[in-house]
Amino acid sequence: MTEIPGGHHSGFLQSNRADKWWIEPLWTGLGFLAFVVYTTWAMFQGDHYWWSAGQGGFGGYLSPFYSPLIFIKQGVAGAAPMDHAWFGSWPGWWPKLIPATPAILILAGPLSFRMTCYYYRKFYYRAYFMSPPACAVEGISQKKYKGETLLLVFQNLHRYTLYIALGFVAILSYDGILSLFRNGEFGIGVGSLILIINPILLAGYVFGCHAFRHITGGNQDCFTCPNGKTSVRYKMWKGVSRLNARHMFWAWISMIWVAFADIYIRMVSSGKWIDYSTWGY
Amino acid sequence: MSLRNFQIYRGDGTVGEMKSYQLEIEKGMVVLDVIHRIQAEQAGDLAVRWNCKAGKCGSCSVEINGKPKLSCMTRMNEYAEDETISIRPLKAFPIMRDLVADVSWNYEQNKRITPFKPDPSSKNESGDYVMMQEDIDRVQEFRKCIECYLCQNVCHVLRDHERKDAFVGPRFMIRLAGLEMHPLDMQDRIPDVKNSYGSGMCNITRCCTDVCPEHIQITDNGIIPMKERVVDRYYDPVMKLIGLIFRRK
Repeated sequence: MTEIPGGHHSGFLQSNRADKWWIEPLWTGLGFLAFVVYTTWAMFQGDHYWWSAGQGGFGGYLSPFYSPLIFIKQGVAGAAPMDHAWFGSWPGWWPKLIPATPAILILAGPLSFRMTCYYYRKFYYRAYFMSPPACAVEGISQKKYKGETLLLVFQNLHRYTLYIALGFVAILSYDGILSLFRNGEFGIGVGSLILIINPILLAGYVFGCHAFRHITGGNQDCFTCPNGKTSVRYKMWKGVSRLNARHMFWAWISMIWVAFADIYIRMVSSGKWIDYSTWGY
Repeated sequence: MSLRNFQIYRGDGTVGEMKSYQLEIEKGMVVLDVIHRIQAEQAGDLAVRWNCKAGKCGSCSVEINGKPKLSCMTRMNEYAEDETISIRPLKAFPIMRDLVADVSWNYEQNKRITPFKPDPSSKNESGDYVMMQEDIDRVQEFRKCIECYLCQNVCHVLRDHERKDAFVGPRFMIRLAGLEMHPLDMQDRIPDVKNSYGSGMCNITRCCTDVCPEHIQITDNGIIPMKERVVDRYYDPVMKLIGLIFRRK
């Protein structure tokens, strides 16, 4: 540590702050790391992502980490019936080195949305890149600092990942409806509640996204032009802005819940937990 | 009444030190009161900039226990009785003397910004410019800025990386946002927002918003919307096509 004029401490991780500034980057960094570790593990499992109490027909619980099912590998414990796959059974050309798990085909979509999200950028730049570690705490000082203009210019693609995320809201909503049926019979189980809450929380996060806020109305200079009346876009923008004000909350709760949904279905599918339901089987 | 310990920077931009002071604190005092009392009773030559003592002029910005704050709005009862309170000048700007930093670089940035130019065709039949409240709400938030420059001081692009050559800082990003979002303004500053004012240098770590004494949502309502308008223009071919077809500003 060196002291520069002004009595300021200077150097990596140096600060004059007297409070525990490191708590926030620590818990956010560890929290997201735990999610990434679990998601990676769950993705490579390739099994126990489906539960319908051994029943066929319409309905069942599908882990959100595995939805949508592009291909399905047959003969795997806790796998969905083949008619749930968009393109049928697992392709023969799939390299043996890469695990044949449906999650591996789709997780990059929602992950790309979260990784370019303006809120996530805040916490991972702080927690992992220490740029800066916290406010008024020095990170690695770079005289040629480029911000998001050079290597990180890809962050500008966030709105394209938004379009992907909107698709996942629709797909996971369908899965929520699917969870209310078992062999075509309507009912409700604990898993149904979990899978219905999941897209609601995800929608709270996606529809409060800064890029969505911009597209709905933020790109307008005048909401009442040309006739002086409030436009529909203004009302949409106001609604999105309300969600956006709590974007951090929606980001975390939707992330925790999607992991919990996978854990629940994995446990029920593997017979470790019982799914209490109105179906009675 | 309680006797409290303080450390205050005494010196200029080349040499100086933290000097210790003790003072009896009275109920209701803010940090600026402490500085004034020390100046009056123990250090008559202590330099400090202040003006309104009401959190509206933005003059008394300092770093208290390492956090950028307005000294007039920081109450002494925020701190434990046994805590030594350190007061330093802003780190991101050259020190003139003691607690006074030279913030004139900010005024130079302000001069660079293309000023407001209303569209004459938006005048009504009486020749007046009329705006609806819904259209001006966003801009009014930015007009709350008191130019204390705490956001400029805490921005790591300016503070740690010293890239004043590449980024105008959060205060002027919201000034630009206020102009760009103005329903009557007809100037196009987006190319400059990207190339000259350096919107891409900001990595959204939100410290500017955290320290703003006016609670302006600098990042969410100012910087990110500007970055998104830059995306419209330079990184989104779909929006570019729509812009060409409909000739959006």
